[in-house]
Amino acid sequence: MENLIALLIAAPLLGAAVLLCGGRRLDAVGHWLGTLLAAVSFGLGVALFADMLGRSADNRAVHKHLFSWVPVEGFQADVGFQLDQLSMTFVLLITGVGTLIHIYSIGYMEHDENRRRFFGYLNLFLAAMLLLVLADNYLLLYVGWEGVGLASYLLIGFWQHKPSAATAAKKAFLVNRVGDMGLSIAIMVMFTTWGSFAFSTVFNQVGETGWGRNTTVGLMLLLAACGKSAQVPLQSWLGDAMEGPTPVSALIHAATMVTAGVYLITRSGAIFNQVQDVQTVVVIVGAVTLLFGAIVGCAKDDIKKALAGSTMSQIGYMILATGLGPIGYAFAIMHLVTHGFFKAGLFLGAGSVMHGMNDEVDMRKYGGLRKYMPVTFVTFGLGYLAIIGFPGLSGFWSKDKIIEAAFAKGGTEGWILGAVTLLGAAITAYYMTRVMLMTFFGEKRWNEEETHPHESPGTMTIPMIVLAFGSVLAGGLFSINESFVKWLEPVTSFSHGDSPVSAGVVTASTIVVLLIGVGLAWAQYGRKPVPVVAPRGSLLTRAARRDLLQDDFNHVVLVRGGEHLTRSLVYVDHTLVDGVVNGTAAGFGGLSGRLRKLQNGFARSYAVSMFGGAAVLIAATLLMRAV
Amino acid sequence: MSTATAVHSLWTTAADGKVDKIPAPHIEYAQLAPTLIVVGAAVVGVLIEAFVPRKSRYYAQVFLSVIALAAAFAAVVALAADGYGTTKAHIAAMGAVAVDGPALFLQGTILLASIVAIFTFAERRLDPEAHGSRVDSFAAQAASVPGSDSEQAAVKAGFTTTEVFPLALFAVSGMLVFPAANDLLTLFVALEVFSLPLYLLCALARRKRLMSQEAAVKYFLLGAFSSAFLLFGIALLYGYAGSVQYAAIADVVDGTVQTVDPALAGTMGNDALLLIGGAMLLMGLLFKVGAVPFHMWTPDVYQGAPTPVTGFMAAATKVAAFGALLRLLYVVLPGMRWDWRPVMWGVAIVTMVGGAIVAITQTDIKRLLAYSSIAHAGFILAGVIATNADGISSVLFYLGAYSFVTIGAFACVTLVRDAGGEATHLSKWAGLGRRSPLVAAVFAVFLLAFAGIPLTSGFTGKFAVFKAAAEGGAGPLVVVGVISSAIAAFFYIRVIVLMFFSEPKPDGPTVAVPSPLTMTAIGVGVAVTLVLGVAPQYFLDLAGQAGVFVR
Repeated sequence: MENLIALLIAAPLLGAAVLLCGGRRLDAVGHWLGTLLAAVSFGLGVALFADMLGRSADNRAVHKHLFSWVPVEGFQADVGFQLDQLSMTFVLLITGVGTLIHIYSIGYMEHDENRRRFFGYLNLFLAAMLLLVLADNYLLLYVGWEGVGLASYLLIGFWQHKPSAATAAKKAFLVNRVGDMGLSIAIMVMFTTWGSFAFSTVFNQVGETGWGRNTTVGLMLLLAACGKSAQVPLQSWLGDAMEGPTPVSALIHAATMVTAGVYLITRSGAIFNQVQDVQTVVVIVGAVTLLFGAIVGCAKDDIKKALAGSTMSQIGYMILATGLGPIGYAFAIMHLVTHGFFKAGLFLGAGSVMHGMNDEVDMRKYGGLRKYMPVTFVTFGLGYLAIIGFPGLSGFWSKDKIIEAAFAKGGTEGWILGAVTLLGAAITAYYMTRVMLMTFFGEKRWNEEETHPHESPGTMTIPMIVLAFGSVLAGGLFSINESFVKWLEPVTSFSHGDSPVSAGVVTASTIVVLLIGVGLAWAQYGRKPVPVVAPRGSLLTRAARRDLLQDDFNHVVLVRGGEHLTRSLVYVDHTLVDGVVNGTAAGFGGLSGRLRKLQNGFARSYAVSMFGGAAVLIAATLLMRAV
Repeated sequence: MSTATAVHSLWTTAADGKVDKIPAPHIEYAQLAPTLIVVGAAVVGVLIEAFVPRKSRYYAQVFLSVIALAAAFAAVVALAADGYGTTKAHIAAMGAVAVDGPALFLQGTILLASIVAIFTFAERRLDPEAHGSRVDSFAAQAASVPGSDSEQAAVKAGFTTTEVFPLALFAVSGMLVFPAANDLLTLFVALEVFSLPLYLLCALARRKRLMSQEAAVKYFLLGAFSSAFLLFGIALLYGYAGSVQYAAIADVVDGTVQTVDPALAGTMGNDALLLIGGAMLLMGLLFKVGAVPFHMWTPDVYQGAPTPVTGFMAAATKVAAFGALLRLLYVVLPGMRWDWRPVMWGVAIVTMVGGAIVAITQTDIKRLLAYSSIAHAGFILAGVIATNADGISSVLFYLGAYSFVTIGAFACVTLVRDAGGEATHLSKWAGLGRRSPLVAAVFAVFLLAFAGIPLTSGFTGKFAVFKAAAEGGAGPLVVVGVISSAIAAFFYIRVIVLMFFSEPKPDGPTVAVPSPLTMTAIGVGVAVTLVLGVAPQYFLDLAGQAGVFVR
């Protein structure tokens, strides 16, 4: 059975190779081929899942050693896979949501002449992401990590004829490089410390290693996670990444790739559990990003950017949960999966709206669309209810657990984290209600002559419907009898923690803050008409519209600073280094020109020089004896 | 012991009529065969000049020279195979000549280099035919005044100076004895035997005859000057040791000999004589290797001499002179190495640095190569100073590698010609790589070897020499050597840049298509350069086995 693991990756990889090398001949069938191979991969995933369920909880993890990659004395790198409950969860999420989004893209990209290339990139992404979650060592994980980065770059810049898209792709790539550097440093430190990249070897030895090494590895892994998962301070690329086609935003920049950081920290739990200080940093990063993303989401008029802020915020929840240790890992992954469903559904819904609105993204030019796009309205609405944590829906179950776990952290920290997560829940309810009201309710704010809103074709609505089911049901299914936590427990371990507040109180407060958030949004956008031109807004609103000045900060500190640094280095290079080099060369040249004059062509002066030389030679020899 | 008693005893002994008979010398002809073959061939060459018709002389001389040198090389190989380089090494010819590893290795190198050099001597296709006869690099009639009617008549008559071949053979015979000489007089005789023919050869250029003659006169004057130093040094050492035999002098230096020759009672064992005499001897040899400050003849002579002669001189003379220097320092004067090592340090440093620096501003390719040879003399001196077994073998290897690169490089120089003969000014080499990629590429290989770039013999040799020097405690010298190499790399690479990355000039030189003779010389040079660069181990081992002097 474990032989199928390699096929799981091979199928989309083959698709990518065929689609990208096949040329225009495959234009007619390319999208079907890509979708088919994604579905094959999903089918294999389901088969492996069924097989895994057939075994007892302790025997579910399987390993498959494929081949020896770098068989060098003192440096052993293998290509091997590890399929345990954690990887399995990701495999099903990636291939399942991935297949749905492949289907959706068939309709969404119908009029794009490069549709075949698009599906090739999507397949490439699937293969890389599967490699990332299936690798049994950090070096191979790094290959997948870079692979998804590449696919992300290619897909953000898919419409590279738009300068904004090309720039956004570059920005995403550069910011991700910072994080990737963290991962590569972490891997190097691992190798020098433990002599191996393999998860098993590293995790077994981590307990006997000193604080310094573990802290370094932990912080570097966190840096990597921040880059990939758009967490503060490496969050700036995600908003711009919305320049990519909407299915890409749904699959890569909402459901799967951006959660790779959560996977990395959860997978490396054995390391993080050793160093409390690093866990504190993880929690802080999560808490800050949670509020940061939520605030940005409140101010954006671009529907996709509002959702991007929301993604950042929800991943903040997950990172925060992973920072809590064994009490949070399982809930982080659970929220990751439910978020995968409802956020992908929301993005697909946004794409459907744009599809019917001539690719308009400004929500101030929407309004009252519920009558024109009933299916989109219902599926989007269910996703909306799920994300704000409407009781009974997916988001309610998973987010509630994270808030509980935050309180369970204990002490002052627990209270602070609990408050932050509750505040985040209120803001989530606010900005999502705002999106909902501005898009589907109120009066029409679009030009009826130019725009003719219509429902999207079946290839697009069916995936949305499927995801809506996930948004509604997944959380509840996972929570029956704590099935999801028990499923993951062998990998991530689990402890209940010691909450100072009872679960009922947490749930009640969650519902209260939810109502406050919804109510505020209703007061602002439901009761009053939405102005077509955005009002000036408060200082905070204006800052939030500018992504809380993240780009300005980066520009002033990093770009300007970098420019100053390079300019001064160039100056030093020109004056000092080149000066010394050229000066030396000129010095030797001048010396040469002067010495050359001694060679005047007269045998008599040559003889004198020889005579003098002989005298010096004799004198020196005598002197050596005298000394 | 007082002087008066000594003189008296000499006188009384003489009066007693107990004069020893002069013993008949015992000569091991077989072991001296390499030298004897070459000397014999040179004598036959003179006879050919006297008796063979002018038309056939060229062919007869080339044939004789190549056969003689090949036979001599075969004799060297046979001796080495017989164990004379290692177990049977001994002193032959009544203590005059050593037959040992370094001698045989260097003789073999000299002979092979000479064969290749003879090929370039024999080249007759570079210039167009003059008056229906082929011409080589040498003057039609050396005795005629440049620009005179008699010169024109000689050119018209199609004369060629085929005497160059016996002259070269005489020079080779002297070079063969030079590194093997085991007493100071043999050393001196060998020096003169190879120097005098070289002076003549330098004067024989076909083109730019005045320059060539000037070079020859300078070389002769300065060579005579240095010979005088050498000879005086020999006299002082004889006064010090009472013998000209290397082993005997070494014994006196070491203090193992207590008996004093009564005739030299006033001087024997006087360290001042040893130090001054030793320094003068060193000076004579340093002149021949072209070390600073005894190098000043080198650029003028290298530039003025016919280019095939320059190549021959630069390669073979250097091998012979360094061989003699090694034997002198390792066999005769190891007892005073604490005196000569610091001095040689100084010489090596100024030679490396001076050669490299002055080469930077040279504009003539032959002068450039002359300064390059000075810098290389400095690098080899670093190996000489090592005073360990690796020092000897690394110098042997370096000499072998260097001589083939040198001959090949000068052979390339003969190919680049314009109306005035060889176009040696560097500006004319601009863009050569576009016009004749093959010649330029081959020359670039030689330049890279000179610069010591890996995968060429130059790197292996330089590495071996510097390694030996560093292990011999001359670390700072190695640092200076590496810096000098960096400076030297500048002007080698500059020529490559000039050839490949400059626009060719419209009135630039043409590249002559040579006969198979020069092609062979260049081909051998490239092959040796690359083989010794890529797979040097066999030859390093060979040099290592040969690196023991007999005493």
